[in-house]
Amino acid sequence: MQQILNTKKVIILIISGIFVGAINGFFGGGGGMIVVPILLLLGLNNQHAQATAILIMLPISIASAIVYYTFGFIELYSVLYTGIGSVAGGVVGALLLKKLSNKALKFVFAIVVMAVGIRMLF
Amino acid sequence: MFWYILAGLCAGVCGGMGMGGGTLLIPILTLALGVEQHMAQAMNLLVFIPTAVIALIIHAKNKLLDYKVFFVIIVPAIATAVLTALLVGQIQGKTLRLIFAIFLILVGIFELYKAIKAVIGKKIKKPILKSKSALYPSKNLDSKKYALKQSK
Repeated sequence: MQQILNTKKVIILIISGIFVGAINGFFGGGGGMIVVPILLLLGLNNQHAQATAILIMLPISIASAIVYYTFGFIELYSVLYTGIGSVAGGVVGALLLKKLSNKALKFVFAIVVMAVGIRMLF
Repeated sequence: MFWYILAGLCAGVCGGMGMGGGTLLIPILTLALGVEQHMAQAMNLLVFIPTAVIALIIHAKNKLLDYKVFFVIIVPAIATAVLTALLVGQIQGKTLRLIFAIFLILVGIFELYKAIKAVIGKKIKKPILKSKSALYPSKNLDSKKYALKQSK
């Protein structure tokens, strides 16, 4: 279902775009976590929000990756290996999703992320 | 090589379950493998691309993509993404790592809040903007139907 955009939604989208682009460019990720709640807020349903978020993150990531590349922050082989692992892991994760209840998992994820953040401070 | 694949695998599994694979890949790379912060962020950006393309092919077939929303949000987003990426090039790895750590803690708090709300069973945010569409009933039949679906 496509959204009908009125002025208010367009303004919210533009401001969100500024914010999401900034986060994703600066941290090299994490934009999706912000886009999804915004899209939900605009009235998209869960599936559309998740899918559209990926569509939004793709060109943003490509654009920032090009800038990172010009600074020389990219090592081809390590990216290649990590990419292979990540694509394979993505399939496994998607399959697991059907089998596991993810309420508990979300708690674990939130706590792991916080713990990792604290660890990275020192 | 093995460790890079394993790091990708761990982050990929989380990502596949819809739990921000990227936010985990960066700390796995920096903490476990000692990859420099800028490098880890660049790797995360690149690794996302093939995964996203595969997912998008499936989502496009299922007609789950909202192109109008995409075209509006994408222009300012690309502009700021490029600007902040340029800024990151000027920041030292240590500083960047600290800022990233604070970002992770905030994300963790936010995710915990969502998880708690989900268990309690309350909606965190209702779609606040749908009421506006009632002003243009002829144009917005679609969103009205949608609003009805949502309220059921």
